Amino acid sequence: MDAFILQILNGLDKGGAYALIALGLTLAFGTLGVVNFAHGALFMLGAFCAVTLNKLLTYEIVRIDPTRTTPWGSPLEVKTPYVQAMLGDWGKFLIDYSVPVSILLAIPVMLLIGLVLERGLIRFFYKRPHADQILVTFGLAIVLQEIVKQIFGANPIPQVAPHIVSGSLALTDTIVYPYWRIVYLAFSVVVIAAVFAFLQLTTFGMVVRAGMQDRETVGLLGINIERRFTIVFGLAAVVAGLAGVMYTPILPPDYHMGMDFLVLSFVVVVVGGMGSLPGAVLAGFLLGIVQSFASMNEVKALLPGIDQIIIYLIAVIILLVRPRGLLGRKGVMES
Amino acid sequence: MNPTLLHIDNVHKTFAGLHALSDVNLDIREGETHAIIGPNGAGKSTLLNVCVGVIAPTKGKVLFDGQQLTGRRPFEINQLGVARVFQTPEIFGDLTVIENVMMAMLSHRDGAFRLRLLSRFDERGQVGRRAAKALADLGLGDHLHHLAGALSRGDKRRLELVMSLAQDPKMLLLDEPTAGMARADTNTTIDILRDIKRKTGITIVIIEHDMHVVFSLADRITVLAGGRVIAQGVPEEIKGNPKVIEAYLGEEQV
Amino acid sequence: MKHISKTADFILLGCFALAVALGPFIFAPIGAGYPDLLQKFAIYGIFAIGFNILFGLTGYLSFGHAAFLGVGSYAAVWSFKLVSMELLPAIGLSVLLAGLLALAIGFVSLRRSGIYFSILTLAFAQMCYNMAYSVLTPITNGETGLRVLRTDPRYLDSALGYSAKMPTLFGLEITGWTGYYICGVVLIAAFGLSNAIFRSPFGMTLRAIKSNQNRMGYTGFNSRPYLLSAFVMSGMFAGLAGALLAATDPLAGAERMQWTASGEVVLMTILGGAGTLLGPVIGTGIIKYFENIFSAYNETMLSAMFSFVPDGVREPLVKFMSLFVGDGWQLTLGLIFMAVVIFLPGGVMEGVMRLFRVKHTPRVRSLGDSPQRDMLGESIIEEMPSDYDSSGAHKHPAKNNVTPVAP
Repeated sequence: MDAFILQILNGLDKGGAYALIALGLTLAFGTLGVVNFAHGALFMLGAFCAVTLNKLLTYEIVRIDPTRTTPWGSPLEVKTPYVQAMLGDWGKFLIDYSVPVSILLAIPVMLLIGLVLERGLIRFFYKRPHADQILVTFGLAIVLQEIVKQIFGANPIPQVAPHIVSGSLALTDTIVYPYWRIVYLAFSVVVIAAVFAFLQLTTFGMVVRAGMQDRETVGLLGINIERRFTIVFGLAAVVAGLAGVMYTPILPPDYHMGMDFLVLSFVVVVVGGMGSLPGAVLAGFLLGIVQSFASMNEVKALLPGIDQIIIYLIAVIILLVRPRGLLGRKGVMES
Repeated sequence: MNPTLLHIDNVHKTFAGLHALSDVNLDIREGETHAIIGPNGAGKSTLLNVCVGVIAPTKGKVLFDGQQLTGRRPFEINQLGVARVFQTPEIFGDLTVIENVMMAMLSHRDGAFRLRLLSRFDERGQVGRRAAKALADLGLGDHLHHLAGALSRGDKRRLELVMSLAQDPKMLLLDEPTAGMARADTNTTIDILRDIKRKTGITIVIIEHDMHVVFSLADRITVLAGGRVIAQGVPEEIKGNPKVIEAYLGEEQV
Repeated sequence: MKHISKTADFILLGCFALAVALGPFIFAPIGAGYPDLLQKFAIYGIFAIGFNILFGLTGYLSFGHAAFLGVGSYAAVWSFKLVSMELLPAIGLSVLLAGLLALAIGFVSLRRSGIYFSILTLAFAQMCYNMAYSVLTPITNGETGLRVLRTDPRYLDSALGYSAKMPTLFGLEITGWTGYYICGVVLIAAFGLSNAIFRSPFGMTLRAIKSNQNRMGYTGFNSRPYLLSAFVMSGMFAGLAGALLAATDPLAGAERMQWTASGEVVLMTILGGAGTLLGPVIGTGIIKYFENIFSAYNETMLSAMFSFVPDGVREPLVKFMSLFVGDGWQLTLGLIFMAVVIFLPGGVMEGVMRLFRVKHTPRVRSLGDSPQRDMLGESIIEEMPSDYDSSGAHKHPAKNNVTPVAP
């Protein structure tokens, strides 16, 4: 029973990441009709926002500490991050909280990247075949990840969660669950809720949802749907980026993490139902949990290697049995 | 009287509670030209789709040449000998005109699937020559090597007609063959269809809005209104039928 | 397409064979005249030719073809380990296994078209890749990779009393120039075969499917067996390429199955020109050539190259340029990828055709545009919610009670 609960918990935070990425993919797909193979790279860029901020904050300067001396009498030289040197305890605090603080950096950066990509590249592909969209965004993904590789190197760069949440919660004697995963889960729920609230409650969101239903009609009503969709693409980039920022303490980011997550999130989108936002969220959490169960030793002993393929297997079955996915609208992919 | 080719027996079709067709009985006899007419929303398109098995009736059965049509895939229905010409032409836009027709001929010859891997698709071969002739007969001889997608709408329809005839079908279904055509073109189409009829004696089912076309071509007419058959018979009977005039002719003032 | 006579095809094949035969001399002036590289041209050329039979003719974009290449490699190495160092049994086994895998994957994936087909093939390839690293380690030897050992049994060889250190073809070692010419002959055969397929009624059927799958049904064709045949064929070509890859370097690793490898073959095909005969081979040549040249460059070489530039400017210039060479080759590859899709969707062949003003079959609307037929004869509308540029025939009505509000 303990193991059971633990697997669900483990699945939930991974599921949160899947859900966030899939949400962005679905937003871009549902509104712009664009299949974005570079979406995983946006997740990766978000993660590297956190790395960048951490690097900036922990940049060290050499100072002479007048109060201490070396054993042979000269003043001691100490290396201190400049932030700490300038701001004292505040600086320490900033460094400790660099991951959550990165959110503040990631939002404008990712928004900007999203807007630039949409205006500079994606919009020229609305009327091109889906194959072309897949190919050009695939190329874009390679370019983005290679740039990151050039700047940050090929090795994973571990990030630490703030000290206060770095421990683990002892649920029972045998189950420990890292606090940060709880934070991540809560965070993903909040972001998802925010996106839904934005789409449900604001006028902007209403127009976007109407546009997802029937773009032409909304266009005929004299609404500039184009500009709104640009912003939606930016929003999708922000959501992916935030998912990446907060995931860094769980998985040390490296340049190809985006590709790894992308394939999975496409599977999530397909399982949830192409174009369905609630479907993406539901499928994200479901698949996270399923994957987590499949990686239990008992299951693996029974079906070796199942943890590696379970998600793909589910996607294949879903596509064949219920092509529109769990919550997909009737008519999408079906007659 | 000729034997029945297409037998539609007591067919009902409801879409989400809406009765598109109710209790439709229809026999198409071999060799006749049968027109199905009716005002907009009468269920003509639904009936046509039922005829070719694309839509399964809620109740009732459709027999073609003694075989159930419902539940078969389009290629199987075509293989049984039903060819359909669409209102919006469905052609291979990226192939040349002659290639379109040759494809149709190959399908008729080889059935649904045959892996012809190492022979050559040769326009100068026997199939190609037949295709060229068939096209020339309908006035498309100048366009043999043009991309089909670049043809005018009228020519596309004609091409589709050639393709359908190339398959030597038992029954030809025409979905509003003159919709959107100028009068002169309509008359040409009527002549072409008459000519085809005279040469091949093929069974034709035609769905049409234009009374001029219907009365020029049809041997028998079925009138649909509100999803029901309200009249059936030879053109003279239909012309004088007060029910039809009320439901249809009255509206159109032909 | 203009009618092309049999003679013209034979001349094309002859010229192609001649170009392969003279490869060492043709490529020498651009610094590519050595066997290892030319061998790679030939092998990946075969891979791309096979991929083109599927993508170029039917428009179905598979993102999982590397799986077949990988399976071909593993099968060949196993053949070298267990059967014989001879190439022919290895090729036989590779092509067979790759074909069987393609049959299984294609059977499932081809039930969908458009991007769903792409995602399905991608999912399958990832599944194979993950399995090669986990459950199948006894067969694939995991991350270390599968290699041929001297102690392997090689039952056929030991029965015949034959022994060779490296894979051979009729006793000839597949290395150096011999290796290149062996691969070259296979490439010519593959090219000839693809030429025959292009000109055959089968090839025309595939092009018709790409053009209008609905019409195929109404013309009495069952599209799916044709598509499946094309898929299996292209899988077999990939298996063949995998076997040759293993023969020239008897080590098979799972990284050959990664989806970036699948992406590479897509790139090679579209760069040259999908749907054209020569395109994939040309695309392969360009990619592999630049990969070779670019990844060999380093900063010292760049400095030497830009020695004419004044000192102050040279250093940043070299720094900047070094981003794109050496390890940075992948970056260049990604940029080429984007540039081709954006500016030259028809590939190099279309560019050449345009130059010579030859009338060329225009690019076909490919993915997503051709609705597929379902078992019940109902049209599956592979349609996206906002596919607003489609014909409008299958438009969704705005069904929710969402009232758009003007800004």
